Amino acid sequence: MMRRHLPVLITLGVFIAGYLICLAQFPSFASTRVIGNLLTDNAFLGIVAVGMTFVILSGGIDLSVGSVIAFTGVFLAVVIERYNVNPYLAFLLILGIAALFGAGMGLLIHIFEIPAFIVTLAGMFLVRGMCFVLTTDSIPINAPIYGQVTDIAFSLPGGGRLTFVAIVMLLVFALGIVLAHFTRFGANVYALGGNRTSAQLMGVPVGKTTVKIYMLSSFLAALAGIAFSFYTSAGYSLAATGVELDTIAAVVIGGTLLTGGSGTIIGTLVGVLIQGLIQTYITFEGTLSSWWTKIAIGALLFAFIVLQRGLSAASIRTR
Amino acid sequence: MQSLNVQPDLLEISSLTKGFPGVQALDHVHFMLRAGEIHGLLGENGAGKSTMIKVLTGVYRRDAGSIRLDGQEIEARDTAHALSLGIGTVYQEVNLLPNLSVAENLFIGRQPHRFGLVRTGEMRRRSAELLSTYGLDINVTEPLGSFSVAVQQIVAIARAVDLSAKVLILDEPTASLDANEVETLFRILNDLKTRGIGIVFVTHFLDQVYAVCDRITVLRNGRLVGSRPTAELPRIELVSMMLGRELAAEALHRNQRPAVTGDPLVAFKDYGKRRLVEPFDLAVRPGEVVGLAGLLGSGRTETAKLIFGIERAETGQAYVDGKPVRIASARDASRLRFGFTPEDRKTEGIVAELSVRENIILALQAQRGWLHQLTRRRQDEIANRFIRLLDIRTPDAEKPIGLLSGGNQQKALLARWLATEPRFLILDEPTRGIDVGAHAEIIRLIERLCEDGLALLVISSELEEIASYSDRVVVLRERRHVRELSGEDVNADTIMTTIAGHQ
Ligand SMILES: Nc1ncnc2c1ncn2[C@@H]1O[C@H](COP(=O)(O)OP(=O)(O)OP(=O)(O)O)[C@@H](O)[C@H]1O
Ligand SMILES: [Mg+2]
Repeated sequence: MMRRHLPVLITLGVFIAGYLICLAQFPSFASTRVIGNLLTDNAFLGIVAVGMTFVILSGGIDLSVGSVIAFTGVFLAVVIERYNVNPYLAFLLILGIAALFGAGMGLLIHIFEIPAFIVTLAGMFLVRGMCFVLTTDSIPINAPIYGQVTDIAFSLPGGGRLTFVAIVMLLVFALGIVLAHFTRFGANVYALGGNRTSAQLMGVPVGKTTVKIYMLSSFLAALAGIAFSFYTSAGYSLAATGVELDTIAAVVIGGTLLTGGSGTIIGTLVGVLIQGLIQTYITFEGTLSSWWTKIAIGALLFAFIVLQRGLSAASIRTR
Repeated sequence: MQSLNVQPDLLEISSLTKGFPGVQALDHVHFMLRAGEIHGLLGENGAGKSTMIKVLTGVYRRDAGSIRLDGQEIEARDTAHALSLGIGTVYQEVNLLPNLSVAENLFIGRQPHRFGLVRTGEMRRRSAELLSTYGLDINVTEPLGSFSVAVQQIVAIARAVDLSAKVLILDEPTASLDANEVETLFRILNDLKTRGIGIVFVTHFLDQVYAVCDRITVLRNGRLVGSRPTAELPRIELVSMMLGRELAAEALHRNQRPAVTGDPLVAFKDYGKRRLVEPFDLAVRPGEVVGLAGLLGSGRTETAKLIFGIERAETGQAYVDGKPVRIASARDASRLRFGFTPEDRKTEGIVAELSVRENIILALQAQRGWLHQLTRRRQDEIANRFIRLLDIRTPDAEKPIGLLSGGNQQKALLARWLATEPRFLILDEPTRGIDVGAHAEIIRLIERLCEDGLALLVISSELEEIASYSDRVVVLRERRHVRELSGEDVNADTIMTTIAGHQ
């Protein structure tokens, strides 16, 4: 029982320790303002990370999410600003397009048994290329709804704000948890990650599940793209490069096994928050270059992967 | 409602044909299963039993032939479809999903749910209930992988039994079960039988075949040899149907030999580890076979793991050639030229994508270090020698091992350790999943190895077998070496009573 939850507990421990260190140096970390910003700034990362957790749990990987986020921004900017499409309709359109795109990748992976790595790498280039087909400029989005959404927020006691995008992220996490742990789909995802052949022989609908997983991932990437566009109020083809890797890092730090079959959604939330915490710390510190974020995340990632190896070796030993 | 006396044909397979590159796995096979019968499907390793089951349940596509269930032509698209037709299966190589909980394994794909949400509590309750009919009282929320192979196998059986509305197929389900568990299984099979379910039972344990099967169908090299009521088929005839030749009656028995004397090759004094095995003394001489007998969980495999350094001993001392040695890891052990074929070969041994040759030379190559590559000629020589010696059925040494039949994979694993030419070899259930013909081969091989001065420690649940080749037998009970039998005492009856504990 204990061993199964150990990775998440360790992640949580790291987060709390990190938070306490920050707090010791900068007492303002206790303010709801900092906490609110932590959630808002990482909302888009959190949303994609939920999708990525499902993908990794199933033993796959999705490298296309960064491109999908960028494409979403560019698409919204172009259709809202140039073609005067209603923003709500534009949101629905892009979510639909992304879901179809994800389903397509899932189908390729399943039918032709091509590794997810290859298919989604191709998807990544394809979608990034599509961004440039639409436009090479950075297009600002001035639709009034963008201003309105940014204003929606719960005031927290102490001057902080729980913004709309932060709420959406928390909702996505809540739904992700329900989906992963309390539905048949969730069980099928874990089954696929455990052993694909066994899952198939046990009657798990492997094909359907694979398609749904990548559909979910791309859909959430588009949703993250929408959140990201609220954040930047612009669409830019080169936006969100490397986000797929940050996302994977968050998932792994959150205690999900890269080989699939084991992990939790809530762990991913903590993983995202750890990344955000490091970033905030470096901003507060002021003298450190922002590259230290990457270095810290790299070190953490490495530590977590070693830890997971150790844990899984230990569990085989005690059998 | 069908009357049980008439026993209509439930499943009718005719002219089923299936080829793989280089092998005709099934060649116009006929098979008939009645409602309410237990039907043994027998044959040597590689005869095509598993293939027939997989074609029937939609894992493979057939090349030709027809399958009728209740008179209706069926063609299962995949296992889920086969399940929905009422055919539940325990496949030979599954291994459910170790990362999911026991309850999820039992109910995946059919979890009780409401408003799209799985009713976890309900699922747990029903899982616990289901397993209690098998005398298993475990925490069903724990991952399946945290339980022993035997428990996993029972869960797999419970799942398939619960799923099969019309036909239940068991492909070597009893390999890891102890006598009590097998008895429980048989009780349940008989119960299903009276409910009109047709059961296909694949096994290499002939005792089990005669204990439960109503009829027997034998395959050989992908062809049907015959189908007969069990009562009309004497054992000898069954064996010759399977092998296509007579098996000498004494093949399964070892010639009486004088007791081996001399200094032990390996010796363990007061060797033990808390919660694993209580401290024991054990010595094996060159040319001697020592058997380890006991129920599952009595500490047999644990003893082997301790000796081989997979678990580290906390007390006592090991000696090789009379000199004290330290065995803190499996590497230490293999440096001392110990060999160990583990019990759970399904998951611990084979590298499915590599060829038979590569699998056979793996341990030897690892021992030499990767800088001292065996030449390709030497590799071929070794691989081909063992393929011949153990009669591994494969078109050639280059076939990926994952495509061999289950029993042939096991033989290749045995070959892997034999190829390292160990001085002291530990075999954990060496004949499990291996057909009668090869069974005799392996026992003869064990004898031959002894004559060459190898010291052997063999773990087996089959008492007749262990009695036949062992010079001495150590009996374990509750993680303790309780008694060592030698000479006249090495016979199945004495071993049995010692295990049972009334001396
Ligand atoms: N997927 C596959 N690809 C190629 N050849 C295969 C494949 N599966 C089985 N074979 C071959 O088909 C033959 C029959 O194998 P099968 O697994 O049906 O034997 P079996 O009767 O179940 O034997 P065992 O008692 O060892 O389990 C073997 O020669 C095997 O090598
Ligand atoms: Mg088989």
